[in-house]
Amino acid sequence: MAAALSPPLIRSAALAAVVAALLALPLMGVRLVDSSSGLSLAGRPDLVAWAAGGVFCGRLLIDLFRRWIADFSIRLPLPPPPPDWTRFAVGWGLALFALVLPFLPFADRNLVDKATMVLIYIMLGWGLNIVVGLAGLLDLGFVAFYAVGAYSYALLSLTFGLSFWVCLPLAGLFAAVFGIALGFPVLRLRGDYLAIVTLGFGEIIRIVLQNWQDLTGGPIGISGIERPSLFGLSFKAVPPEGQTSFAEFFGLDYSADHRVIFLYFLILILALATNLFTLRIRRLPVGRAWEALREDEIACRSLGINPTTIKLSAFALGAMFAGFAGSFFATRQGFISPESFTFIESAMILAIVVLGGMGSQIGIVLAALLLVGLPEWFRDLQMYRMLAFGAAMVLIMLWKPSGLLSSRAPTIRLGGRA
Amino acid sequence: MEYFFQQVINGLTLGAIYGLIALGYTMVYGIIGMINFAHGEIYMLGAFISLVAFLVFSSISGGSVALALLAALLVTMVFTALWGWVVERMAYRPLRGAPRLAPLISAIGVSILLQNFVQIAQGARVKPLPPVIQGGVTLDLGAAFSLSISWLQIVIFVLTLTLMAGFTWMIARTSLGRAQRATEQDMKMAALLGVNVDRVVSATFVIGAALAGVAGMMVTLYYGVIDFYIGFLAGIKAFTAAVLGGIGSLPGAMLGGLLIGLTESLWSAYFSIQYKDVATFAILVGVLLFRPSGLLGRPDVEKV
Repeated sequence: MAAALSPPLIRSAALAAVVAALLALPLMGVRLVDSSSGLSLAGRPDLVAWAAGGVFCGRLLIDLFRRWIADFSIRLPLPPPPPDWTRFAVGWGLALFALVLPFLPFADRNLVDKATMVLIYIMLGWGLNIVVGLAGLLDLGFVAFYAVGAYSYALLSLTFGLSFWVCLPLAGLFAAVFGIALGFPVLRLRGDYLAIVTLGFGEIIRIVLQNWQDLTGGPIGISGIERPSLFGLSFKAVPPEGQTSFAEFFGLDYSADHRVIFLYFLILILALATNLFTLRIRRLPVGRAWEALREDEIACRSLGINPTTIKLSAFALGAMFAGFAGSFFATRQGFISPESFTFIESAMILAIVVLGGMGSQIGIVLAALLLVGLPEWFRDLQMYRMLAFGAAMVLIMLWKPSGLLSSRAPTIRLGGRA
Repeated sequence: MEYFFQQVINGLTLGAIYGLIALGYTMVYGIIGMINFAHGEIYMLGAFISLVAFLVFSSISGGSVALALLAALLVTMVFTALWGWVVERMAYRPLRGAPRLAPLISAIGVSILLQNFVQIAQGARVKPLPPVIQGGVTLDLGAAFSLSISWLQIVIFVLTLTLMAGFTWMIARTSLGRAQRATEQDMKMAALLGVNVDRVVSATFVIGAALAGVAGMMVTLYYGVIDFYIGFLAGIKAFTAAVLGGIGSLPGAMLGGLLIGLTESLWSAYFSIQYKDVATFAILVGVLLFRPSGLLGRPDVEKV
């Protein structure tokens, strides 16, 4: 590899470094500082030097690596695709692992809490997958339905004193109705227009939540949301009048961990139900129509499929699962505010679906672990978290434009199962 | 009545700024059919770069504000153009020909990346700039009817008009403009006839980014406060402007920008200021539903 460090490589790396230095100069090289007489500037040339140096080395390494790979890939045949049973085994393996996770020796409260968070995103990802992955409709405002679910649970429970179990289906229903109401006018639009319109709707819902003080409490949000119970067994240390607590009923010592574990199983069941629903509905006529519509809308029209109803059903079902997830979120946090339903959340859920490979259920689990789980462990680096998230979105798209585990193959083929 | 016309002037100023950003959206969409979601962030970078450049130049120009502003304007255009070029080169070009959602996701990633980059590099607090261009003219139009236009607003109008004129000339007369029009009509055919398509696309991003940089500088001067988050909303509004005017149409982008600016300022003046963004989104939805090709755009027929 002696000839590898040839002048053209060095030249291109040097060029990249110069560009990086120029890019960094006005934004990193100078910092705007508040001082008594207004703004002043503080120079930081060292940062520019670091940026240029980093880009120089990075570019050189990437180029060398590419050559090295190019040498290999000529000789190596493509690896055979993994057989069908591996996906099956991985799926069941993950589900079993999720079931026993809270009882494993290393699982403390913190870990179960984080796993709950990841599961919320997995469920949202699976919900959005119906819309984006199966029906091929790009929705950038999915968080709106999540918000509708969360607020409808919070308001129903606080105003009418309904329990979580009554509110859960209602929240899903409300979100689905919202999905239909929003989807009906916009679903005729082409893909990227649809994306921007859904983004607009997402923002409208957030702005309304923020400004409709009487109903939603405005930016302060709603607090003191009722926690769920298990068949009437409360998870409070001192159960309300006329109720038994979970610990008393089973003769255990009271521990706050019980509720954490209960919430974990609750979201696990909700998420698995979403998954099962998706897997089954893909084989039904409506599911097959989604996939057909994703591939070619004109062909579908000419075969007599009504695109609007089919798209609307995907939109409504996706919204319903977001509504379920939203009411779970509200009951877990006990507090909600418009802060939790910003565009970044929509982007995060969409990123999970797209990185997972649009349509692959296991891909979504992996992507959620990667995008939500991993950063949860680096909370200390909060500032750099979103930076890395944005970079990861770009890099994964460049590396695999159709997602980590893409499955565009139809669920059902003529003459036998796929 | 006086209040109404005053609001119209404010709205047109705002609209000129949106129009400049919308040009970038409309050009990129016209050529490669992609919504450049990160365009709003380029505008935000422009605001920051212009602030830095202005402070630097006003300290070395020895008191001449006009000179410092002009230098800052040029520097801002150069740097935002460079940013636009790099973003296209690194995040979009490798994805040409990829599934249609891939560039959009990549663009969202770039947008998040740039926002957080600026937040880390410059801090999350808003950056205030005391008014640089003060004063204005008052037009007396008969009894008890006078309008005041600040110098800054006049500067913004003149600058926007100049850029628009130069830009229209470039598209209509220069060889780059001809290549751009050819690429817009049929990228493959243009390439076959010897147009360097990659260079044309790069040039489009560079020009769009420079215009967004100008918009960023004008907003810094006009509002006097900027933060790392201004790109998101401005980007969506400018996109709405581009759609309203007919995406792909350059005069349409400017017209759309002016209409959005007017709507926003009149809505805040007569209805509620909290819901002004809702008004913009409602326009976006309405236009897409009833006239998807926009005011000046050509209808888009999908071929099999």
